[in-house]
Amino acid sequence: MSTATASFQPKPSLPPPAATVGVVGWLRANLFSSWANAALTLLALYVLWKVIPPAIDWLITNAIWTGESTSDCKNPDETRKGGACWIYVQAWIPGYIYGLYPYDLRWRIDLAGVLSVLIMAPLFFKKMPYRATYGMIAIILVPIVAALLFNGWYDFAPSDPRASSHPWRTVETSKWGGMSLTLLIAWVGIGASLPIGIVLALGRRSKMPIVSALCVGFIELWRGVPLITVLFMSSVMLPLFLPEGVNFDKLMRALIGVTLFSAAYLAEVVRGGLQAIPRGQFEAASALGLNYPKSMALIVLPQALKIVIPGIVNSFIGLFKDTTLVAVIGMFDFLGAIQLGNADPKWLGYAVEGYVFAAILYFICCFSMSRYSLALERKLQTGHKR
Amino acid sequence: MKKLTVLAAGAALAIFASGTAMAQQTLAQVKQRGQVICGVSQSLPGFANPDAQGNWAGFDVDMCKSVAAAIFGDTKRVKYVPTTARERFTALQSGEVDFLARNTTWTMSRDTQLGFDFVGINFYDGQGFMVRKDLNVKNAKQLAGAAVCTQTGTTTELNVADFFRSNKMDYKVVAFEKNDEVLAAYDSGRCDVFTTDRSGLAADRTKLKDPNAHIILPDVISKEPLGPLVRHGDNNWGDIIRWAFFAMVNAEELGITAANVDQMLNSPNPEIKRLLGKEGDFGKMLGLENNWAYNVIKMVGNYAESYERNVGTKTPIGLERGVNALWTAGGLQYAPPVR
Repeated sequence: MSTATASFQPKPSLPPPAATVGVVGWLRANLFSSWANAALTLLALYVLWKVIPPAIDWLITNAIWTGESTSDCKNPDETRKGGACWIYVQAWIPGYIYGLYPYDLRWRIDLAGVLSVLIMAPLFFKKMPYRATYGMIAIILVPIVAALLFNGWYDFAPSDPRASSHPWRTVETSKWGGMSLTLLIAWVGIGASLPIGIVLALGRRSKMPIVSALCVGFIELWRGVPLITVLFMSSVMLPLFLPEGVNFDKLMRALIGVTLFSAAYLAEVVRGGLQAIPRGQFEAASALGLNYPKSMALIVLPQALKIVIPGIVNSFIGLFKDTTLVAVIGMFDFLGAIQLGNADPKWLGYAVEGYVFAAILYFICCFSMSRYSLALERKLQTGHKR
Repeated sequence: MKKLTVLAAGAALAIFASGTAMAQQTLAQVKQRGQVICGVSQSLPGFANPDAQGNWAGFDVDMCKSVAAAIFGDTKRVKYVPTTARERFTALQSGEVDFLARNTTWTMSRDTQLGFDFVGINFYDGQGFMVRKDLNVKNAKQLAGAAVCTQTGTTTELNVADFFRSNKMDYKVVAFEKNDEVLAAYDSGRCDVFTTDRSGLAADRTKLKDPNAHIILPDVISKEPLGPLVRHGDNNWGDIIRWAFFAMVNAEELGITAANVDQMLNSPNPEIKRLLGKEGDFGKMLGLENNWAYNVIKMVGNYAESYERNVGTKTPIGLERGVNALWTAGGLQYAPPVR
């Protein structure tokens, strides 16, 4: 009975040709799909082979990691010839972080760092009440707290013995430096330039002719000159215009220059976002009876800023790297501190190690900023992709 | 609200902006302020460079310290203002610094047109040559036909051209933007001769792969007299810097060192007595205490001590005294007497 209903049994299908699956298949499809591609792949492999092993040898395998002075780097045992001298970087790490800050007061910078982290920490709890308001206050609070700690508050006359011993004596800004200065400038620049940039962007789109003309003038003026010129003017030309003897703190000049410069760029980025918001959104806001500030703050800007996150972060990364230009006005930011180390007679001849270290650290900072912006974009993704 | 960010951050920092009033009497201001503001190089090995702890040291820095010692009897009462090569003159003109001790060559235009007074020459520098030992070259006249590594757009390049042309020798220039690039090119054998100021040559030699395979030729082909400088208009202030420096040179000549200066106070030698303030009122003539020079020598040392500590043969910079030896030892350092 059962045999009568035998049905058609297809043979099991053959496996795909061995050359199209697995590692081989992937290699064929992606690296060796044609003669030209195969040649390029081989060339790339050859270049990597020539570059990466020596780089690793220099950076890690042959590098000198422990020791006291240059003599440990100059006469290593035979197997480690020609490696990097990381002892120099280790010895100078305090210099890289604190610059010329007085040695006995460096705990104040550490304290500023710890406090900044503590102030920012609540923002990582997503359910915190008033999170946005707190965030805005925190962004303002951090540089103020840091600047107060950096500066100290008892301004003794230099003749007073406490001027060189008191734990809370003031430290003039010319002694601030290193990574701590870079972070401070970047923070103030980023925190201050975004609001100014938004105001400028709104101003530029304003229907009031004077407001819009002023904003356009400001943006075009600051965008039209290189930052190095701005800093140079502020440090070399400004003192000549001021009455003799009147001195305007150099760091302040640099901060104002960096902030206004970056604000002009951000204004254009934000304006791009505003233009992408359809007219209907503005009209809908008016139809709801919202006045101009409310319609901007509640309807337009949240959407516009979300669109331009990549552009904003791009500007911030640029600003972070541009802080190195304060070197031209005689301030020692992180890169400046590296250069100070390179000129230390005790460690002459290891400039490459210093610069490589700087490159690694700048990369870490900028890469984390860009990752954060991607995460932010994903979080704010509300689904209506254009 | 957000606008306040700027204002608040600004206000916090504006507190630190120091206002210094400037008048004719720099000394009175310096005394009132309680510290000397000294313009130095951003970092130049052996001349002005901070260590990882943030303490300034160097030959030029000692100049700043000696002025502070002469005025206050305290070498800590100096504010160092690191200046770039471009900034330095504005800083001095605008009164941001009281004087510059910053490897500045004394030239006629700077002394006249820019409105500065050079108060002395604390280091006689000049351009020199470095070659590989195996070339068997003993002096610069044997360098005909050589390829010379130099920095573009500097006086170094012009001096080389002058030197070779005036000696009717052929040469080839291999020029780079940065000193480190020039040195790397020399080290890799792209040229036979490396040239820069002699104060830099010895330090640069230590950066080479095998420093012992290179020699610095004895020839000096340009004059680079380096010294501290002040603004026109306050001669008394210039005198103080000048004599703080001369005190160090005189101390070397009279054999006074930081270690033996206390015993020297009892010396019967009238020159020593006058210098250390035991006789006469030489400090008062400068508007200072009579032990001004004692403080300089006690706290900074004499010229030789400062030289050997910062740039001498025992340091990585490794400079011989050469023309910077005392006149009594065949050099050019000569200080007028305290009388």
